[in-house]
Amino acid sequence: MTTRNSIDYRPFQAPLPPGRARALPWVSVLAASALTAVVPVVASLPLMPPLGLILLLSWRLLARFALRPWAAAPLGLFDDLVSGQPLGSAMLLWSLCFIAIELIEQRLVTRDFWQDWLIASGAIVFCTAIGRWIAVPIGAHVDTVLLAQTMISVMLFPLSARLVAWIDRKRGPTA
Amino acid sequence: MAPARDRRTGFSRRRQYSTFIGYVLAVAGAVVGAVLLVVSSVHPPAFGTARMAVASVTAPIAGVLDAGVDAVASVPRAIGTWIGVHGENAQLRAEVARSRALLTRARIIAYDNRRLRALLRVRDRTPEAVIAARLVGSTASSGRRFALLNAGRLQGVQPGMPVRGPDGLVGRVLESGPIAARVLLITDPESLVPVRRTRDGVAAIAAGRGDGRVDIRSVDATNVRFNRGDMFVTSGTGGLYAPGVPVAQVDRNGMDSVAATPFMAPDALDFAVVERPYVPMPPPPPARPAVP
Repeated sequence: MTTRNSIDYRPFQAPLPPGRARALPWVSVLAASALTAVVPVVASLPLMPPLGLILLLSWRLLARFALRPWAAAPLGLFDDLVSGQPLGSAMLLWSLCFIAIELIEQRLVTRDFWQDWLIASGAIVFCTAIGRWIAVPIGAHVDTVLLAQTMISVMLFPLSARLVAWIDRKRGPTA
Repeated sequence: MAPARDRRTGFSRRRQYSTFIGYVLAVAGAVVGAVLLVVSSVHPPAFGTARMAVASVTAPIAGVLDAGVDAVASVPRAIGTWIGVHGENAQLRAEVARSRALLTRARIIAYDNRRLRALLRVRDRTPEAVIAARLVGSTASSGRRFALLNAGRLQGVQPGMPVRGPDGLVGRVLESGPIAARVLLITDPESLVPVRRTRDGVAAIAAGRGDGRVDIRSVDATNVRFNRGDMFVTSGTGGLYAPGVPVAQVDRNGMDSVAATPFMAPDALDFAVVERPYVPMPPPPPARPAVP
């Protein structure tokens, strides 16, 4: 990345074409969902954080216009196809998260990063808890692991926010 | 963070409508998701085709990554083996000496067994292997325990086939696509395997717990004591799994329902063998003649 202060800075360089810039957030969330499926580990415990959800929340909270308000449903559908949850669960839960964030945004107009993190944590806890309730019988012994998974996911949000900010900067101001 | 750049739609009708339709679609997405969720809860195999179509793309990628990880991991393993080879050699020699007597006895018993079985004319079936393939991935973020098998319908893998490894039972095939299949591991919270104790044949059910272990529950008797170290193998009840495949070993003493560790660690597995169901499914009943 050439910064403004470096000698390589090219102020008139053309940004990404709008089509590609608009596709980048979609592609990044889809890739994060697919990453869960292609990691070559046959896990005994569900410790892997839901990367697609974390990246989706980062896009929604940091770059509001990067994704359409209805983007959660198709992205959730793809996540359901690879994640092993019953089809429709992420589609429903992610859409509900988007609607909830929309409602919060109307009341909390100026937010800082801590508030974003808090909102994302609430959404992650909501999705993992309801997702467990939908997919796994109540008697299963997964709650401790689930708690650990939720903690990991919440702690991963700042990292994902940095990633999203980096991609968003690459996309340029026109998108 | 600064407030959202632009919430207002201004006087443009086009922008007003498109914003409104965006919100309508967002709510519609949630509703469609709820409907799909109800459908897939009522009828879990629904949408298996779509899932397996995606898996047929991800499985080869996961297979390549798996091979790469294996190659990297083999380097420290080779070094470790090189260092530990002398101690291991002495240990193995001692073990051979110890087990020679046992082996002779086992051979005699096996011979007797064969002879007596022939005498009784027991009809023995040996399960047929369909294919040996790699488990390349899993649902690491979900509470369900599914693994992705790197072989599918083109290689003859059909839903319902049992999958085993060298040390014990892995699970069974749940849905299969063209070149990938989804395996329900025995540790999945919804997996049930009929088992019996090796020592005395007490029947039990091995039910997955979701945390990498299984629960051994007694089925036909109450007040059954399970001791630490009791070994359980498949009983063949139900005709899906061949009898005598090792399943799990009990962790601690208990009554009626105890936790047990499976013999097969799916992640330590390089190849899994898919077999035909032990007893083939009965043919569908002939269509009933129409009532005159």
